[in-house]
Amino acid sequence: MSGAKEVKDDRSYTKDHEWVKRDGDEWLVGITAFAVDQLGDITLVSLDVKVGDSIDAHKGFGTIESVKTLSDLFAPLSGTVTRINDALEDSPELVNDDCWGKGWMVAIKPSKLDAEQSSLLDSVAYAGHVEESSH
Amino acid sequence: MPQEATRGLSFVEPPIFERGAPGRSGVSLSDLDVPAVDLDAEFGALARQRPAALPEVSEPEAVRHFVRLSQQNFSIDTQFYPLGSCTMKFNPKVNEWAARLTGFAALHPLTPPSRAQGALEVIVRLQELLAEIVGMDGVSLQPAAGAQGELTGLMMIRAHHRAQGRSPRKVFIPDSAHGTNPASCALNGFEAVAFPAGERGIVEPETLARALETASDDVAGLMITNPNTLGLYESAMPELTRLVHSRGGLVYGDGANMNAVLGRARPGDVGVDVMQFNLHKTFTTPHGGGGPGSGPVAFKSVLEPYQPGPVVRREGSSFTVDADRPASIGRVRSFLGNFGMMVRAYAYIRELGPEGLKAVSDLAVLNANYLAARLAEHFPIAFPDSRALHEYVFTDKDLEQKTGVKTLDVAKRLLDYGFHSPTVYFPLVVRGAMMIEPTETETKQTIDAFVDAMGKIKREAEEDPELVKGAPHTTRLGRLDEARAARKPRLRWSAEPPTDS
Repeated sequence: MSGAKEVKDDRSYTKDHEWVKRDGDEWLVGITAFAVDQLGDITLVSLDVKVGDSIDAHKGFGTIESVKTLSDLFAPLSGTVTRINDALEDSPELVNDDCWGKGWMVAIKPSKLDAEQSSLLDSVAYAGHVEESSH
Repeated sequence: MPQEATRGLSFVEPPIFERGAPGRSGVSLSDLDVPAVDLDAEFGALARQRPAALPEVSEPEAVRHFVRLSQQNFSIDTQFYPLGSCTMKFNPKVNEWAARLTGFAALHPLTPPSRAQGALEVIVRLQELLAEIVGMDGVSLQPAAGAQGELTGLMMIRAHHRAQGRSPRKVFIPDSAHGTNPASCALNGFEAVAFPAGERGIVEPETLARALETASDDVAGLMITNPNTLGLYESAMPELTRLVHSRGGLVYGDGANMNAVLGRARPGDVGVDVMQFNLHKTFTTPHGGGGPGSGPVAFKSVLEPYQPGPVVRREGSSFTVDADRPASIGRVRSFLGNFGMMVRAYAYIRELGPEGLKAVSDLAVLNANYLAARLAEHFPIAFPDSRALHEYVFTDKDLEQKTGVKTLDVAKRLLDYGFHSPTVYFPLVVRGAMMIEPTETETKQTIDAFVDAMGKIKREAEEDPELVKGAPHTTRLGRLDEARAARKPRLRWSAEPPTDS
């Protein structure tokens, strides 16, 4: 089960099992290996936002559907959506295959980064959260 | 035409479009005895240029096709069907006899009330019986399914708030509630606010109070399933409903699990304002693909003006259909609802009587607890410290950590032993959930056989996990690629084989 508990040092996390990673001015958002393991085979990533929309931290920005369940996707940071990953529309399996890379979902230009960054978990804290969640 | 039998006389049955031959027909029409109509002149460009591509088969071919498909069905008439939260109990055949009585079955829905008094009396009597069973003031039989009953109940709550010049938006739903509740909220323009059930699997008043606090005066109501989807009785109901009422909200009680408390507890007595029944669960009308559903709503008098119309009422010694309901939310179903289901439910309730209904719930609870006590030797119960009622939730946690075999694999392997799988991966609060509800209609022998099969599957998982992960092995089709079926569904028959890899 090492795959499900894998975390990456190069990004931050939420307790809802999303990751955010800085990429220039933008922050990419995706879900973690633990989330993917819990969901199983993903069949649909449905984003309720488009480029230019503003989103609020902790609010839903879409849903992800798997053979097991349907889950909300929550924004880790407030800001403006600068890009969305169109590839997921036809190939939701990208999230199963590469949740840390090609399976990213939206890119955000944060508006309240200073205030909100402290509520994110670093990789060590998130690894601890995963350990707790798997019992 | 292929006639291979896979096992004995169990047939491989192709789509009916692949049967028959051009020009073959199962019916002979008499000669045209009216003037022919020129379709092109009559319909212009809308007239069909080529005949529809319908199957061309003989009568025996058509009959065999559909009978063979029916033989592939798994149903409660075939075997144990332990889907938790669904109450898949046996439907007594006496219900079918009653529903097929010519006076009921052949009654046209537009028959004037004066000539349909018997049918209207069944409706009124069923309304009265259901109201008494749950301790409410009135019942509408219109909604055609449990989820439509939820929608109807929430529409009535909204109408009540509007009549008072209010429009609160938030409906609170614990995560142990029936799975359809949030969608019913959203369809009504309410905002569903989820909050966690407590450590013991039931809602604690403090948790609800804290959740309500966040909404101040925006509380439209609470949707609560009792017993909940963990099979646990919400023992704090009087306090929970008091908290909601004190903020001007109303309480919706999901009646999906009424089978556990018939004649033992009444939602109306603990503060529920409106609820739905699932006649196709608790009152043995056909379920799922077996027949249309029926989800009557019961309500307190405060919501009476808003019930769907028209309303069937007793007036002296006769029965009337009252359409003059200015405050009603309106019609939610054509005519008066799925009448055949009402006859079946009425027959069931009258067949059992008050003592019989109590025995239903007592036996349902006994069966579930017997099954749980035995199955707990093989699989851990999700909330072992709480005594559940009519259903138990088990988890694959230990098994998966030890063997890599998951709930889905266990569910598939059960098919090899001839059992329908339980409800899996719901409720979401339990990891790898298996929700099992045996109902009162199963014998000890059936429950024992099911538990024995589960025990064998667990041993197989420990000794030969690949056997379980590859299941089912004895069904006509093996393990389906569910992800691909959802991602790239083929929704139409076509003569061409699928091109995608």
